[in-house]
Amino acid sequence: MDIDLITNILYATVRTGTPLILVALGEMVCEKSGVLNLGQEGMLLMGAVVGFMAAVTTGSLFVAVLLAVVAGILMSLLFGFLSITLVSNQVATGLALTIFGAGLSAFLGSNYVGVGITGIEPLSIPLLSEIPIIGKIFFQQDPLVYVSFILFGLVFWIFKSSAIGLKIRAVGENPEAANALGINVHRVRYLAVMFGGAMTGLAGGYLSLAYTPLWAEGMSSGRGWIALALVVFASWKAERIMLGAYLFGAASIMHLVMQGLGFEVAPNLLAMLPYIATIVVLVLLSSDRSKAKLNAPMSLGTPYRPQV
Amino acid sequence: MFKLPLKLEKRPSDSSTMSLLSPLLAIVLTLICGGILFWLLGHPPLDALYTFFISPLSDLYGWAELGIKVAPLLLCATGLMMCFKAKIWNIGAEGQFIMGGLGGSWAALQFLDAQSSWVLLPILCTGMLSGMAWAAITAFLKTHFKANEILTTIMLNYIAVNALLWAVHGPLKDPQGFNFPESALFVDATLLPLIHEDFRLNISIFFGLFAVVAVWTLMSRTWVGYQIQVLGEDAKAARYAGFKENSLIWFTLLTCGALAGLAGVSEVTGPIGQLIPSISPGYGYTAIIVVFLGRMNPVGLVFASMLLALTYMGGEMVQMEMALPKSLTGLFQGMLLFFLLACDLLISYKVVLNTHVTRQSPSANIQASE
Repeated sequence: MDIDLITNILYATVRTGTPLILVALGEMVCEKSGVLNLGQEGMLLMGAVVGFMAAVTTGSLFVAVLLAVVAGILMSLLFGFLSITLVSNQVATGLALTIFGAGLSAFLGSNYVGVGITGIEPLSIPLLSEIPIIGKIFFQQDPLVYVSFILFGLVFWIFKSSAIGLKIRAVGENPEAANALGINVHRVRYLAVMFGGAMTGLAGGYLSLAYTPLWAEGMSSGRGWIALALVVFASWKAERIMLGAYLFGAASIMHLVMQGLGFEVAPNLLAMLPYIATIVVLVLLSSDRSKAKLNAPMSLGTPYRPQV
Repeated sequence: MFKLPLKLEKRPSDSSTMSLLSPLLAIVLTLICGGILFWLLGHPPLDALYTFFISPLSDLYGWAELGIKVAPLLLCATGLMMCFKAKIWNIGAEGQFIMGGLGGSWAALQFLDAQSSWVLLPILCTGMLSGMAWAAITAFLKTHFKANEILTTIMLNYIAVNALLWAVHGPLKDPQGFNFPESALFVDATLLPLIHEDFRLNISIFFGLFAVVAVWTLMSRTWVGYQIQVLGEDAKAARYAGFKENSLIWFTLLTCGALAGLAGVSEVTGPIGQLIPSISPGYGYTAIIVVFLGRMNPVGLVFASMLLALTYMGGEMVQMEMALPKSLTGLFQGMLLFFLLACDLLISYKVVLNTHVTRQSPSANIQASE
C-alpha cells in the first residue's frame, strides 16, 4: 500500500468514526447522570430524517443541522418524561424509543427516499490542512467533523475540571446524597438526557447531510447500538470514546482496505465486521468484569424517586 | 421540570385490574392519536381508522391473511415471553427468525426434486436448529463472558441480515435466475400445506398456537418453568435455592431460538416460497411489543399478535386506498408501545390531585413532577 491509500483510508476512518463519537459522547453524559438511554438508534434516525427533510425544504444546511439537533432533543424529552418523571423501566422505554423512532422516521421520510441534495462540503482549515498526512486526515474534513472535535473537548473538560461534571457524577453515583446536597436530581438528569438527544440528533444530521447525503429507511444501520457498546468499551471516558470510535470506524470501512490490498471478499461479509467487532469488544470487556463495574456510574439504570 | 397539578402515589400493592386495563387504555390512546394523525394528513379520521383497522378484516380472505402474519408473531413472542420472564432481554428474535429462514431455505433447496411432503420435516428441523444455533451464540457469550445480551442479540440481528444478503447474492442464488438476488422457487413438496386451497393460510398458525399452549404449560406446571419464573423475579433467591442459572439461560434462549427459527422457516416455505433478500417485515422486533401488550399471558399473546398483525395489513390498506405510506405500521406500533409503558405506570401508582393534605402523607409518595 502506498502512502496516499493509507491517508485516504484514515481520512475515511475519521468520517466514519464521527457519528459514533457524537452519539457515544452524548450517551456517556447521559449515563454519567445515571440514565441508560437505549433509544439512541431511534433518535439517530429521527435526526437524520428531520435534517434531510429540512435541507430539501429550506435549502439551508445550517437550518437542517439545527433542526436535526432539535429533533434529537424532542425525542430525548419523550424518553425523559417516561423514564425520569414517570419512573418507567429505562430498558423498556429505550427500546420503545428505538422502535418508535424507526417507525416515525420511516413515515416522515417516505416521500424523501431517492431525493438528492448537495451535502455538507469539506472545508479545509488554513495552515493546519497543509501539514503532510495529518492535515489531510483531520483538517480537510467537513465542518461537522470539526464540531465533533470541539464537542469532545467540551465533554472532556466538563468531567475533568468543572463543577457541572461533578454535579452530573454526583447524581449518577448517588442521587440521594446529591439531593441532600441540594442538587435537583431530576433537573440534572433531564439536562443530561437532552444533551444526549442533541448529540445524537447532530450525529443523525451528519449521516444524512454529510456522510451520505440522502435518506433511506433505517440508514443508521445499528450505529446507535454500536455507540452504546462503545461507551462501555471506553469505560465512560471521553478520550477513550474518541479512540474507540475511530477503531470502529476503521472496522466499518474494511472493504476499502481490502480493495487496496487486492482482496476479493463479498461486501455483505465485510459489512458484518463492525458488529462482530462490537461483540468481540463486549466479550473482552466482560471478561474483566470488576473493572467495568468500577467505572460504571453506581445508579445507572435506576430511576430516582424523590422522597416528599 | 413540568409542574403538573397531579402527583403519583404508590399503591400498597400492584393493581391487577390496571395490569389488564393498561393495554386497552394504550390501544384507545393510540387510536385517538392515530385519528389526529390522519386528520393532520387531510383524511377524515374515522374513515381512515376504519380503513386501517376494520376493512382489512371485512372478508374471510382478510382473516386468512391475518393468520399468515399472526403465526410468525406468535411463535417469536412465545419464545421472547420465556426469556423476558427470566429477565433475559433477548432482542434477537429477528436474527433468529432470519437464520431460521436462511437455514430452512438451504435445506429446501436440497430437495428440489422431492415428491413427498415428508421432506418438510428435515427442512423445518434445519430451520429450528439454525435459529437455535444463532441464539446459542448469545447464550454462550452470556454464560461464559457475562456479555450483555441486549447488545449481543442486536449485533447478531445485523449480522444475520448481512448473512441473508450474502446468501441470496452468492451461494443460494438461483443459477437460472438471471442474476437476481433470489433463490430458486421451492417445489410444492417443500411448501407448508395450506389449510384451505382458496387462501394462502398454512399450517404454521397451528405451530404458533401449539407453541403458546406448550410454553404456557411449561411455565406454569413444571419445575423448569418455576425455576425460570424465580430467576426472573429474584436472581439472588434463585441462586440461593441452588437453581442452575446458566442452564436456565441456555434453555430459555435455545427455546426462543427454535421458535423464532421455526417462524422463519415457515415464512420461506409458506407465503414467500423462496429465499429473497428481505424475509421479515420486522416480526422479531414487533414480537417484543406483542409480549408487553399481551401481558405475558397466553390468551393475551394471541390477541396482541392479532392486533399487531393487523397493523401490518392496515399499513398496506392505507397505502392502496389512501396513498399513504406503508410505514404508518411502524409508527402505530411505536405509539402503542409508548402509550403502554406510560399506562403501565398506573399498575404501581395512582394519580391523585396534588393538594396540601396528600402532600403531608407518608414518605412512600412521590412527586409526579419536579
